[in-house]
Amino acid sequence: MKDSGRYEPYSYFQLMEVSLRELLVEKGVVTEDAIAGAMAAMRARGPERGAAMVAHAWLDPAYKARMLANGTAAAEELGFEVPGLRLIVVENAPDTHNVIVCTLCSCYPRMLLGMPPEWYKSRPYRSRVVREPRKVLGEFGLKVAAKVRIRVHDSNADMRYMVLPMRPAGTDGWSEERLASLVTRDSLIGVAVPVLPKKPKTRKS
Amino acid sequence: MADARYRTGDSVRVRKAAPLGHVRTPFYIRGHAGVVERVCGAFPNPEELAQQRDGLPAQPLYRVRFRQKDVWPGYRGSAADVIEIEIFQHWIEE
Repeated sequence: MKDSGRYEPYSYFQLMEVSLRELLVEKGVVTEDAIAGAMAAMRARGPERGAAMVAHAWLDPAYKARMLANGTAAAEELGFEVPGLRLIVVENAPDTHNVIVCTLCSCYPRMLLGMPPEWYKSRPYRSRVVREPRKVLGEFGLKVAAKVRIRVHDSNADMRYMVLPMRPAGTDGWSEERLASLVTRDSLIGVAVPVLPKKPKTRKS
Repeated sequence: MADARYRTGDSVRVRKAAPLGHVRTPFYIRGHAGVVERVCGAFPNPEELAQQRDGLPAQPLYRVRFRQKDVWPGYRGSAADVIEIEIFQHWIEE
C-alpha cells in the first residue's frame, strides 16, 4: 500500500495481534526473527507439494489408493510435514469433476498448496460455486460437459480438501517431475484441469 | 467422545435450527436430507470451543452428500450433481 501519510488507527483485531506478539517477544516465548521467518516461509510456499503428490499418484496406483484412503498419511509419506492437517483427496474421473470451496471462511490446505488466492476467499466465489458450479467454472474457462457429475465439497469444518485431477493424454513416458509441472494450483482446487502446454498451430492436410 | 450413531450410506437430515454464536453448519444446508459419504472421526464441538470451553465430548463428524436439485430450487445442472459438506452429529435430526 502506498503511504499517503494518512493516520489509520489499528482495528480491534490488529491491535490484539500486535499486543499479543509484543508480549510473546518480551517474555521470550518467540523471537521477532522466528515470526518473520515463519511468515516468509508461508508466503513463499506454492502448490508444489500438492502437485508432487498428484504426479506421484499418477505413476503409482498403490500410492494413489493410499492417498484416496488417507490424504494426510500420503502427504507424510512423501516427506511433507503437515501438522494438524486432515486431508481428504477427491478424484476426478471421466464422469466426475470435483471442486473445493469453504463457504464459511477460507479453509484451505495451506501446507500443501500455499496461500489461497484472493478469489477463493471472496464472497462471490464462496456463495456462488455451491449453487451454480457450472456457471462459475465456466467463468474460470472450464466447461464441464452436462453428462459429467459435479461434486462440490464444502470445507466447512475440520477436513481440508485437494482434488486429484486426471492425467492429461499425451503424457506417456513423462517423468514425475515433468508431470508435476502440469499440476496447477487451480487444478488442485478444481476450477481448472491440467493441460499440456500449447504447441504451435499446424495446418491439417 | 460421543459414539458415532451413523454409518456410511445412512440417510440423515440436518436440523433446521438457528442458534446464536459460532456455528459451522451453513444456513443453506439446514433442514435438508442427504446420505452419509464417510465418517471423519470425532472433533471438539466448535460451538463450545468458540465460547472458550473444551468442546468435549468430541462430536462425531460426517461428510454428508446432498443432491443439488434438493438443496437449490431451480438448480441448473445435472440431476447427478451433488454438494458434500461436513455435519457434526449434534446437527443431525433424531
